[in-house]
Amino acid sequence: MRKRKVVNYIGLLISTFSAIIGLFFLFWIIVSLVEKGFHYINWSVFTSNAVSPGDEGGGLKFAILGQLEVVGIAALIGIPSGILGGIYLSEYGKDSFLANIIRNVSDAMTSIPSIIIGIFVYALVVMPMGGFSVIAGSIALALLMIPIVISSIDNLLSLVPNELREAAYALGAPKYIVIFKVVAKEAIVGIVSVILIAVSRILGETAPLLFTSFNSNFESYKLNKPIATLTVTMYDYAMGPYDSWHHLAWAAAIILTFSVLLFNIASRLFSYWRFSR
Amino acid sequence: MKYICNIDGKQKIDVRNLNFYYSNKLALKDLNFCVKENTILALIGPSGSGKTTLARCFNRMHDLYDNNRYEGAIYIDKTNILESKIDLIQLRDTVGMVFQKPTAFPMSIFENVAFGLKLKGIKNKNELKDRVEKALKDAALWDEVKDRLDKLATHLSGGQQQRLCIARAIAVDPEVLVFDESTASLDPISTSKIEDLMVELSKKLTIIAVTHNLQQAARVSEYTLFLMDGEIIEYDKTNIMFTNPKDKKTQDYIMGRFG
Repeated sequence: MRKRKVVNYIGLLISTFSAIIGLFFLFWIIVSLVEKGFHYINWSVFTSNAVSPGDEGGGLKFAILGQLEVVGIAALIGIPSGILGGIYLSEYGKDSFLANIIRNVSDAMTSIPSIIIGIFVYALVVMPMGGFSVIAGSIALALLMIPIVISSIDNLLSLVPNELREAAYALGAPKYIVIFKVVAKEAIVGIVSVILIAVSRILGETAPLLFTSFNSNFESYKLNKPIATLTVTMYDYAMGPYDSWHHLAWAAAIILTFSVLLFNIASRLFSYWRFSR
Repeated sequence: MKYICNIDGKQKIDVRNLNFYYSNKLALKDLNFCVKENTILALIGPSGSGKTTLARCFNRMHDLYDNNRYEGAIYIDKTNILESKIDLIQLRDTVGMVFQKPTAFPMSIFENVAFGLKLKGIKNKNELKDRVEKALKDAALWDEVKDRLDKLATHLSGGQQQRLCIARAIAVDPEVLVFDESTASLDPISTSKIEDLMVELSKKLTIIAVTHNLQQAARVSEYTLFLMDGEIIEYDKTNIMFTNPKDKKTQDYIMGRFG
């Protein structure tokens, strides 16, 4: 009896300690980010564009909007195809041979290093198009998203009790109504979380963009031209020789971190709101 | 097996030479019987006897899964519903089903009841409202929910959800309603409400009720069919079967010697 209590206590101690280590570094990152970067956040960061290298001032407007464009298009491609893929696996393919192949390939793709995706899209889109472009960047990010969304949606929908499907069929519902009106509605909280988490996952990607949408110092949103993004701009500015660039890199880091945080909190709030209704 | 059809009234369902297979496993063996119109038929029998399997034949629920196979015929009125050209969507309008666990859809109470109506193509707001109200009244749920029809149905209690499922099923005016152990997960008060409801509904439609609860079968049903290992052991008027069973197995089961 005593021994069990001691072992229990030691287990508790070790797991608490591990949790503290994990949280400690997380808070360290956020605290030092805020401490070193927060005073570089000001209105002109959001409203002005790049100035000549070395000049004081300038802002990140072009990179923020560029990021939104690349991520937005990626989400437009990635979310619908990911969701439909997940629906196929869970509702149509089920345990068939083809479905299991797709399931395994998709699971494996979630852990492919993002830089490999970047190189792949470089060969697939950038080279034939003759240059870096927004669309190449979006395709790279969409390819990163799709397997995450497919796997999560597949898992989510398979958690919906079968009785619910049967009840809908028993009322004479055709399959697409059962899926979109009943099964998807039952899993809506999870689906929204998956979307938010997948977007926040690609929000911080740099490597695949280096090979695809590259970078630009100008405000340009043409789909077939290179574009500035927060991540790549931050990478360039942090490596650059000017203090003003370093300041903007800090600001970019803060904006990125807090937008990712915001997406995650939003997904939590959504499920809370939904369940408390 | 012998065809059993000693009913005193109009016949609604006629089952002929019905075999049912899960893959290669024969689950129902050559069933031959008829069901009277506007009555309650209780299906009783030990676990694994094929009660639920039989119940799920009437709305072809087995078609949802691969490798299930029917042989023989089930006539509802004059139509053989096991024919491959049967429109399943139409069949499931005619034969409704209430499941063991309450299966409220994740939408409002109103939307739940209107679900089948909308599938039928009823779009007129007033007609929907009237039919939802009528279904909820017929399911003895109206007074409890009339002020919160727009609230999520999943927040109702288990017994209320089950009555909602009944309302949803009767909203589309089925001719046959199958209850698959629909009170098994409910408390005694909810159970007795649903039993009263079944008796009331049986004035206008034919009810087939799978039940583990013999008292329930005795209380509500006019006829009882006793199944074992996929075969009919005995089929008779409930009061005769429970007071004077002809087969030794029926007697043992009713006396609680196995099951």
